Amino acid sequence: MIPLAWLLTLSGLVFAIGVVGVLVRRNALVIFMSIELMLNAANLAFVAFARELHSLDGQVFVFFVMTVAAAEVAVGLAIIVNLFRLRETVFVDEINLLKG
Amino acid sequence: MLTGALRLWLIPGLPLAAVLVNLAVGHRLGRRGVGWLACGAVGLSFLAALRAVLILAARPAADRFLVETAYTWIRVGDFTANVSFLLDPLSAVMILVVTGVGFLIHVYSTGYMAHDPDVRRFFLYLNLFMFAMLTLVLADNFLLMFVGWEGVGLCSYLLIGFWYARPSAAEAGKKAFVVNRIGDFGFILGMLVLFTASGTLQFGRLFADAPHVLTGATVTAATLLLFLGATGKSAQLPLHTWLPDAMEGPTPVSALIHAATMVTAGVYLVARSHVLFQLAPVSLGVVAWVGALTALFAATIGLAQNDIKRVLAYSTISQLGYMFLACGVGVFGAGIFHLMTHAFFKALLFLGAGSVIHALSDEQDMRRMGGLAPRLPWTHFTMLVATLAIAGIPPFAGFFSKDEILAGAFGARPVLWALGLVGAALTAFYMFRLYFLTFRGRPRLTEHAEQHLHESPPSMIAPLFVLAVLSVIGGFVGPPFVKGGHPFARWLAPVFGGEAGAPAREPAPSAEAILMIVSVLVAAAGILAAWHFYLRDTAAAGRLRERLAGVHRVLFHKYWVDELYDAIAVTPIYRVALWCWRFWDTRIVDGAVNGIAVVVELASGALRLFQTGFVGNYALALALGVAAVILSAFFGVQAFVIVAGVMLLLALAAVLLHFLRALA
Amino acid sequence: MIPALFVAFAAVLLVSSLFVILNRSPVTSALSLVLAFCALAGIYLLLRAEFIGLVQVVVYAGAIMVLFLFVIMYLNLGRDIESGITIVVRRGLGWLLGAVLVAEGAWLLARGWAPGPGGPSAAAPGAGNTQQVGALLYTRYLFPFEITSLLLLVAMVGVIVIARGRRGPAAPPVAPAPGVSAGSAPARTTGGTAAVTPEEKP
Repeated sequence: MIPLAWLLTLSGLVFAIGVVGVLVRRNALVIFMSIELMLNAANLAFVAFARELHSLDGQVFVFFVMTVAAAEVAVGLAIIVNLFRLRETVFVDEINLLKG
Repeated sequence: MLTGALRLWLIPGLPLAAVLVNLAVGHRLGRRGVGWLACGAVGLSFLAALRAVLILAARPAADRFLVETAYTWIRVGDFTANVSFLLDPLSAVMILVVTGVGFLIHVYSTGYMAHDPDVRRFFLYLNLFMFAMLTLVLADNFLLMFVGWEGVGLCSYLLIGFWYARPSAAEAGKKAFVVNRIGDFGFILGMLVLFTASGTLQFGRLFADAPHVLTGATVTAATLLLFLGATGKSAQLPLHTWLPDAMEGPTPVSALIHAATMVTAGVYLVARSHVLFQLAPVSLGVVAWVGALTALFAATIGLAQNDIKRVLAYSTISQLGYMFLACGVGVFGAGIFHLMTHAFFKALLFLGAGSVIHALSDEQDMRRMGGLAPRLPWTHFTMLVATLAIAGIPPFAGFFSKDEILAGAFGARPVLWALGLVGAALTAFYMFRLYFLTFRGRPRLTEHAEQHLHESPPSMIAPLFVLAVLSVIGGFVGPPFVKGGHPFARWLAPVFGGEAGAPAREPAPSAEAILMIVSVLVAAAGILAAWHFYLRDTAAAGRLRERLAGVHRVLFHKYWVDELYDAIAVTPIYRVALWCWRFWDTRIVDGAVNGIAVVVELASGALRLFQTGFVGNYALALALGVAAVILSAFFGVQAFVIVAGVMLLLALAAVLLHFLRALA
Repeated sequence: MIPALFVAFAAVLLVSSLFVILNRSPVTSALSLVLAFCALAGIYLLLRAEFIGLVQVVVYAGAIMVLFLFVIMYLNLGRDIESGITIVVRRGLGWLLGAVLVAEGAWLLARGWAPGPGGPSAAAPGAGNTQQVGALLYTRYLFPFEITSLLLLVAMVGVIVIARGRRGPAAPPVAPAPGVSAGSAPARTTGGTAAVTPEEKP
């Protein structure tokens, strides 16, 4: 069987890649995709533990995560579209309306 | 009436009650009501004092020593200082003089201040002064006495500057208070020395312990410091400069405070502490010399002044010098005797001068008076009595008291007697100069004064009469040549011991008789000289002044003492104060306060750079926080320290980003 | 064999993830993400979580990524310009932080720990994964299930309001859902957004 350590390592790596993507990229959509990567890494961890602990609760949780991720993506994209209409750009470092 | 509790607290308490009533409802009482309130309070206080003294007199001589504690004030370990009142023959004399003369002056004030809009405030201050003065003379410990001491100083300031809208009055009030303060400094230090050495400030205990507990050096230091306080309050050299300027206040104020009562507080202090002074012959010598020199010094200045009240002011300084001279040579009783008679005739002189000023519509310059005798008969008569008294002509009161002092001085040190004698001659001269210039000779009045000339109302004349009577008969309690001491001395004997203090060498009766004749002759000579220069041949005065122009200038400018003090003390202190304001207050204190605001502004300006508005930067910070939290789970708090360092780097990076973006 | 398959899928996952964050073109990023999801689905199947794996493909790859591509096309995005000193600094910090996270993770694993006790629902033998998950979903997790559907409704309404813009006609009302169930939710979401996006004027 697949050792738990490998699964967790993979999950951690994908999560880290997602974090880097959020921090490094300028394009809002790519940042959003990186966030999805992070979510999926978390899902992988859940499933891995579900198998380890012989419990299906992990999988049920993954189910909910996916649902929420879907809703979140919808709303987030709507916001990005609106922002594009306002500023003609999707690059986050050109949007500083919150500047103090 | 004479039985029952002593109730000494009534004596200062009644004027205090009047103050409180005045504060509360004074504005509703009207002018007459306020006058009644004030005079009534002092009058009742006088009756209470009289009753207390009669109770005291009913006891045998050795037993005349009563203490009444009104309120336990301070009790710390072994040290007690209560609001306690001491009634012995000395304080009995003082309270009778203060309340009696005070009452007469209060009555006079109702007439004198009748047209002043601020009558209520006037009587408020006057009653407050009575309260403080009575506390001072009735106190049974130095601390309570000092409370009264400060109180009279305050009231003096308030009353001198009563017409505060007048700059000269305000300045005079300030000057009085500041000069007094220098004296008070000495008083406080003296108290501290006494307390440190003996552990108590209560008169009874302190004076009983003094011979055993206090060393010579200690008691000399303490008494000299106390005398410094007395100098300030009683306007002796070198702290005399405030008294002439204090004439800016209303004339009743000058009469009460600067003639009869407050300025005598210094003499009372020395007399009360006579036990200490007698243990320190050096201090007694200082007291005597200061007194004698001041007497002469002030008399010389009085010769050249033209303002009627100034002449009286310098005369007061001079007479106080005599009282201190008496204490200095050991005849404390004579000093107190002179205090009493001086209160009578000096108050009368001031009130009479006030009457003249009032009649002439506020004219105070003697060069514009003259020939008032037929036109102000009552004022003239009473003033003449007072002038004769102060000149030391028998059988008026001043003769007996001044003569006793001079006899004592002769017994101690003839030089002092000589100084006193010259002073007496000058006193007679300048007082009669005042009399002749004011009441006799050709009238030199202004038009305005001529038209409005009128004798004063009864409220002002009546007190003058009472004081005149006292000036005549007041000396009869102290006639000379009485075996075993005259009544006044016997009354004070329990306090001062023996014949109310004895000089070093009691002069023989025959010597005393010769001294008396000499002083009378000298006084007569002074009067004759004044008559010659100011009545018979008025031009002679002018010629003499031209011949002695230099001397006259020195005397007229009061030996330039004020200018000297101004140069060496007042101006430097003022400059320092100005520097403190310009540099310390404006630059440093204000700078610090404003600096805090500037720092806050700078800091917030710096912190503001974190709010770049770019979500990416915020995300970076978030991720950093996540890393920190994970780290801290294993490394504990040190992780946060590490993270703080990293965050600092992040901050620098953000600032860098910001500036680079601005450049790009 | 399973470990080998796992390694293969893991490699694909990692590589495509890297492509997602490194590629300049957003479309390429999106497609790489699709690949990543599919690889992940394969891993799920290897872990005998069949229901999850297939839902992953249907929902994530099939619906969410399609949504992403819709928006990318709609906004007509070209290649990203990622240059400038500020970018380099931020990028450096970002990579640094990622490395820190990886290091922490490795450190965590190296310490070795024991997982906690298992959950109450052990797998019932014989039943398929979907059946078991469904049984759990409709018994123990019924309440979260219903709440989730409410959440989807809220999201839908929110999206319509946000995407509608200031002016312009009201969006055509969305057809009422026959019944709230997770299976048809993604389709409805897609339909709603798809109906709104093309017709709207900025």
